[in-house]
Amino acid sequence: MSALPRASELGLISCHVCGLVCRDAACEGMVCPRCGTSLHRRKTASFARTWALLIAAFILYIPANVLPIMRTASLGDVDDNTIISGVMELWAKGSPDLAVIVFTASILVPLTKFLVLSTLLISAKRRSQWARPQRARLYRLVEFVGYWSMLDVFVVALMTALVQFGFFSLVAPLPGVIYFGLTVVLTMLASMSFDPRLIWDDKGDDD
Amino acid sequence: MTDQSTTPQDGELPQPVVRHRRVGVSLIWLVPILAAVVGISLMVHAWMQAGPVITISFKTAEGLTANKTPVTYKSVVIGKVRKIRLSRDHSHVEVRVDLDKSAENFATAGTRFWVVRPRIGLGGVSGIGTLLSGAYIGVDVGDSKKPQHEFKGLEFPPSVTHDVSGRSFVLHSSDLGSLDVGSPVYYRRIQVGQVASYRLDKDGQGVSIQIFVDSPYDRFVSVSSRFWNASGVDVSLGANGLKLDTQSLATVLAGGVAFQSPQGPHDSSPAKEDASFRLFGDEATAMAPPDGPPHYIRMRFDQSLRGLTVGAPVEFLGVDFGKVVSIRMDYDEKTQRFPLIVGAVVYPQRLGRANEKLVALAKARGDNADLSHMVGMLVAHGLRAQARTGNLLTGQLYIALDFLPNAAKVNYNPDVRPLEIPTAPGSFDKLQEQLAEIVTKIQKVPFDSIGQHLNSTLADLDKTLKQVNGQVLPQVNDTLKGAQHTLGSANNMLAGDSPLQQNLGATLDELRRMARSLRVLSDYLGVHPDALIRGRRADPKLMQPAPAATSNASQGSKP
Ligand SMILES: [Zn+2]
Repeated sequence: MSALPRASELGLISCHVCGLVCRDAACEGMVCPRCGTSLHRRKTASFARTWALLIAAFILYIPANVLPIMRTASLGDVDDNTIISGVMELWAKGSPDLAVIVFTASILVPLTKFLVLSTLLISAKRRSQWARPQRARLYRLVEFVGYWSMLDVFVVALMTALVQFGFFSLVAPLPGVIYFGLTVVLTMLASMSFDPRLIWDDKGDDD
Repeated sequence: MTDQSTTPQDGELPQPVVRHRRVGVSLIWLVPILAAVVGISLMVHAWMQAGPVITISFKTAEGLTANKTPVTYKSVVIGKVRKIRLSRDHSHVEVRVDLDKSAENFATAGTRFWVVRPRIGLGGVSGIGTLLSGAYIGVDVGDSKKPQHEFKGLEFPPSVTHDVSGRSFVLHSSDLGSLDVGSPVYYRRIQVGQVASYRLDKDGQGVSIQIFVDSPYDRFVSVSSRFWNASGVDVSLGANGLKLDTQSLATVLAGGVAFQSPQGPHDSSPAKEDASFRLFGDEATAMAPPDGPPHYIRMRFDQSLRGLTVGAPVEFLGVDFGKVVSIRMDYDEKTQRFPLIVGAVVYPQRLGRANEKLVALAKARGDNADLSHMVGMLVAHGLRAQARTGNLLTGQLYIALDFLPNAAKVNYNPDVRPLEIPTAPGSFDKLQEQLAEIVTKIQKVPFDSIGQHLNSTLADLDKTLKQVNGQVLPQVNDTLKGAQHTLGSANNMLAGDSPLQQNLGATLDELRRMARSLRVLSDYLGVHPDALIRGRRADPKLMQPAPAATSNASQGSKP
């Protein structure tokens, strides 16, 4: 369909690691002659892996939001905050800028990742030709944004380290933060295991 | 890389090495399965932990926060406030509490809930820990097994929780005094319990106070224990002087109840739960022997009773016999005077054996057993009531019943009701009379004429002094001047450089010389007494030893 030739059409395969381009032997178990890495036309089981990691991330995202992630205690006030209640509290207590940042990092970004990766997976599976360059850009965005969604975990870790006055004030991490961290790691792994070349595959191509 | 077969040559691409790879099931699906297991286990855990949900109503939700305020029993968190909402009629708040699974048996009838907030009361500061941790809901679990999910929260923490063993007793008092819930109960000044509750009696005539004495001290509450109010500082200024009494510093601030068994033999069997006791005003009245039935007596005084107050003691030979209950004024048309009628309540039983004997005697004689005839007998022997000064400093009076040996005879009617006891002027009145006599005597002294005499004498003295000033003093002055002159001359004569002195010196020299001559003469005469007759001999020649002597002298002086 595309005017440009594909590697598979030319019988070529490139190594993921060292970039060596080899002749496609069209059989299982090809290994790069230079560095010994397995050769794949596409990332191995990209759909399955991405889906699995994405689903796992989504499952863990539920306790990450339900369980409190941080306990702050100061003079007569013990607060166990979940992500949402923390955002609301920040907003109410006069730090709307911080609230927006935390909301973006902890709610918006993970949800966007779920949505974008699912969309990419589904559209790629269906070999859809719809808005391919935009989808590729979306994928790059997901990759880029991935690192930043650990913000909550960092906030909790930093606060815990900094605010240890003990008697008057106390910040302690709660189990929720573990689930949130796992969610972020899993989404990152999911986006890594997605092969963006799948976006460009047409119906006639094999995996 | 140096291998020929793998090196690209002339546009020919390298051939990949083909290895046979073990193909397995995609293990990646274990990840979501694991995640699902974790999620499900969390849910199951939460479900397992979920205990009963109860609703507690409080007057106010002050200090309570949804999802935050814990419910604690013995400082262990057993639940959490989930939701707070206003009741339909806005009269109270309903607090929904999720109890832990382990706290299931707390949702039973008889469990009490209250909010622990920092409280500053007379008994001290409580719940200070909540200043930092925030308010929490305290629990006291009851014995009942009947499940219950709607509770009415207490407004104040209960002073006695269920897990404290001990016994409660009821005290009856005319008023609450400074007692409050939580006021301490002391036994030998050690706190052994506290006031649990109090309420007005149904007839409004008194107060019932429920106290709780902790185990094992509750066994010290015996059937015959006496309770008294140890509240605050008891300052009384009466005929007995200034009296200050406190139980402890804490009771000064918070009030309290003290109890003790009376001295001497008494029934020491432990009192039963919820036994009733009377709460006395102070230790003295509590520990005093029982008063017995009161008798009303009346006394008529023809004198001022300034300093006598209602409540002043009535003493019989110094023994506390009763107290004054009324002081009223009367008017006597015949004498045109204002006698004072003093009413008093006396307790004959306080006289102990004396009373018993008197009653026995009266019975033996066939008189009625009440006081009248007995008093008649005593009055015949000189029993009189006197208003005496108990305290010179304050002028407080008390009534003394005493036997006056030379009391004037009075007519005593034993049938008059109430019993009337004849009076005698008090010792203080006598003192007043004596003072008045002294004053009149002083008044008789003719101060006026004394003054006049003194005045004329002073005038004479004045005249004499004037004479002395005008005539005697100038002469004295002249004489003094003369004397001064004489002394000046004498002074001049005696000065070191005066001719008198020099003459005197010369004369003395002459005298000295004369004395030496006399001595020489007498020495000579001693050696040569014949000189008196023969005259002085010629001096012997002294030529020979002279040179030696001179050389010696020169030798000695030379060097
Ligand atoms: Zn390679």
